[in-house]
Amino acid sequence: MLQKNSQFRLGSILTLSLIFALIGGCGDYENNVYQGNRDGILHVGNGTEPQSLDPHIATGVPEHHIISAVMEGLVAKDRKTLMPKPGVAESWTISDDLTVYTFKLRHNARWSNGDAHTAHDYAWSWWRALQPALGNQYAYMLFPIDNAQQYYEGDISDFDQVGVKALDDYTLQVTLGNPTPYFLQLLDHYSLYPVHQATIVKFGDADERGTRWTYEDNLVGNGPFQLSEWKINRSIAVQKNLYYWDVDNVRLNSIIFYPTDNVTTEERMFRAGQLHITSSIPADKIQTYQDANDLSLRIAPYLGTYFFRININTPHLSDKRVRRALGMAIDREKLTKNILKGGQIPAYAITPPGTVGYYADTDLTFDPSAARTLLAEAGYPDGANFPVTEILYNTNEAHRKVAVAIQQMWRENLNLDLELLNQEWKVYLQTESSGNYQISRAGWIGDYVDPNNFLDMFLCDGGNNRTGWCNPEYDNLILEVAPTMTSHEERLAIFAKAEKMLLDDMPILPIYTYTSNYLINSAVKNYDSNLMNHSVYKDIFLDPA
Amino acid sequence: MFKFALGRLLQSIPVLLIVITITFFLVHSVPGGPFSADKAVPPEVIKALEAQYNLDQPVWQQYLSYLGDVVTGDLGPSFKYSGRTVNELIAAGLPATAELALYAMLIALSIGVSAGVLASIRPNTMQDYLPMTGAMIGICMPSFLLGPLLVLIFGIYLDWLPISGWGDIPGDKVLPSITLGTAYAAYIARLSRGGMLEVLSQDYIRTARAKGLSETMVIGKHALRGGLIPVVAFLGPAFAGLLGGSFVVETIFQIPGLGRFYVQAAFNRDYTLILGMTVFFSTLIILFNLLSDMLAIWLNPKLRHEIQGNH
Repeated sequence: MLQKNSQFRLGSILTLSLIFALIGGCGDYENNVYQGNRDGILHVGNGTEPQSLDPHIATGVPEHHIISAVMEGLVAKDRKTLMPKPGVAESWTISDDLTVYTFKLRHNARWSNGDAHTAHDYAWSWWRALQPALGNQYAYMLFPIDNAQQYYEGDISDFDQVGVKALDDYTLQVTLGNPTPYFLQLLDHYSLYPVHQATIVKFGDADERGTRWTYEDNLVGNGPFQLSEWKINRSIAVQKNLYYWDVDNVRLNSIIFYPTDNVTTEERMFRAGQLHITSSIPADKIQTYQDANDLSLRIAPYLGTYFFRININTPHLSDKRVRRALGMAIDREKLTKNILKGGQIPAYAITPPGTVGYYADTDLTFDPSAARTLLAEAGYPDGANFPVTEILYNTNEAHRKVAVAIQQMWRENLNLDLELLNQEWKVYLQTESSGNYQISRAGWIGDYVDPNNFLDMFLCDGGNNRTGWCNPEYDNLILEVAPTMTSHEERLAIFAKAEKMLLDDMPILPIYTYTSNYLINSAVKNYDSNLMNHSVYKDIFLDPA
Repeated sequence: MFKFALGRLLQSIPVLLIVITITFFLVHSVPGGPFSADKAVPPEVIKALEAQYNLDQPVWQQYLSYLGDVVTGDLGPSFKYSGRTVNELIAAGLPATAELALYAMLIALSIGVSAGVLASIRPNTMQDYLPMTGAMIGICMPSFLLGPLLVLIFGIYLDWLPISGWGDIPGDKVLPSITLGTAYAAYIARLSRGGMLEVLSQDYIRTARAKGLSETMVIGKHALRGGLIPVVAFLGPAFAGLLGGSFVVETIFQIPGLGRFYVQAAFNRDYTLILGMTVFFSTLIILFNLLSDMLAIWLNPKLRHEIQGNH
């Protein structure tokens, strides 16, 4: 009996001590922000666990943030204007015909293991980026380079014919197929970042996916920081790269990226001082921060457009008068101001206004009466006999709100009763890409600041077109005419002409231009909002004063 | 007992096979592939990716080769997390999830058993109604409500405890463990009350009291062992449930556990990760059920004799 009593007591004591151990240490603790401000460590909410840190495999924004901290391209970007500025290349010249770029690389550029960083690294890296077996989804970013697309698609097999040449260790010559004014911007996209050849071949074949070269202790980069720790689903830490050519101007000692899948949790982490910057903010919290005049909230224009695709192969939507009527019956001002409330800008064209000085020539407005007339002309007076039509969107509260609001506007303004259909993300993608929809919500975020990035989506065989709309004249303007324009203004005029065709036929209904909304601690300095929400980590420093 | 355990383990093989088969064909029949993305993926890329993960082979061939790999303990590479194996991801997430489940279970047992026993001693009095009302609230309160509530009170307004992370800041394990443990505490309270009430009306308890033993002795020594059998039977499935069902708590508190991988894997159509997690959790559920059955047999002499009599 004594033995059993002791067992009982022992059990209780163990349970209690474990609970105390669990609670132990409660009370005052130093939060990340306080500690980070003192030690020069930036804590960043980064959306989700990155799928890969290989710049030739990665595709998402969270990956971009980390890769841009540990790697650098030939050209970097100004943190405010996004204008190209010297990166690994200290200078460059462009030929008169705008097709040959000659880059002078810094002699003091080094890889994070101390190896010399030369022009040959670029030739090899771009060769790797163009290997189909690697499955690089951003290979097309290299296609402005002469013969790069032909090489990628197997039309030529000799990489020497591709327009990349290391003239010597510190001179790289790149020849383009056509003048490409945004080419310098592409050099700051991670798909054109250089990779360290010796490290990659140490862990597998050059064109092999998923080798361990990007793991902690393995990854060798050339950026202002280097990977120091990768705890799966917990955090990724980078610390100052002492071999970086501009290390004296790197003011942070370290950055820790957290995979914050849940925006509500992320916002609470920010409030509790666990994060300096969030990746986003829950839409329903924006108003609260605005009402409180909280300076942590940042809202800035973002290079992206929210729109509806219309499947023009749907019989009743093949009439452009119907599509235009639908477009004119959306009150975008009301939608952005009363429903979205995140500073979004009503969009009347697919290209965001002011993209490198470009403004679309659009006559799209909110005009319910003209919309009703058009609909009547198309054979649906006062919406009569309009076939059953569905608005497809992927499961997401914000998309649902937009779809419901527009459904209501079409009901009020056109007397149309459309139905809503929501699908899980991957199912939605398949439905949309297979053309098995009528009207579908969509969004497009620019990879570089140029109208081309928005307009080439609607080429006849464009993989992202998905509307069934095809206009050979439009293709000709985008593919043949615009690239040959030597003056900026002429080129923009060609884009405006093409976009006018698109908006006239209206296979898409532009709705609003995105904004990037996030929270930032006041101690974070030199973190400027820009059109691409692009963080230039080397410039950032922490000053709680 | 050994034969009983062995028999149960052998029975679990066809169960696992059925689980794998159903999951395999289900995930492959769900619309949307692992490599589809918002921005169109060029056909060359899709081809390269499918070749790398053997998705270009007929489904039955993929199924057979998957079965072959599972037998050797290889759950394959993750489709989404390039270069990571499913085994590696499970190994990375398991410690946090297991630790969270353990603490939650301890909290659930401490609160649940105390409340249940307390209630059973004086049934149909305030001493019974109060803990049982609390238990009912605990059962009804979902973790996605309780978690943020605790965070707001203890993490943000009072600033006593960290609100996220796992093992990063002292005390960051408290709120998630309480959140996850509460619902189970409530179940355990009800189960132990029921079990205790039944035992307390038995003759041997009356005998113990007649002997003049103190009430603490009667409850602690004699009644608990029998009264807690329903709780013990519940422990196995509960622990498996805690391990597999911690997704919400892991998300609320930013815990690097398995639950987040499991749910994300389904959204990402990460076939091997979904399958690997399912195999892993199925095995755990089978093992924990077996363990709790064995514990119940050990506690209940009647069952023990039945088992021995059968063999």
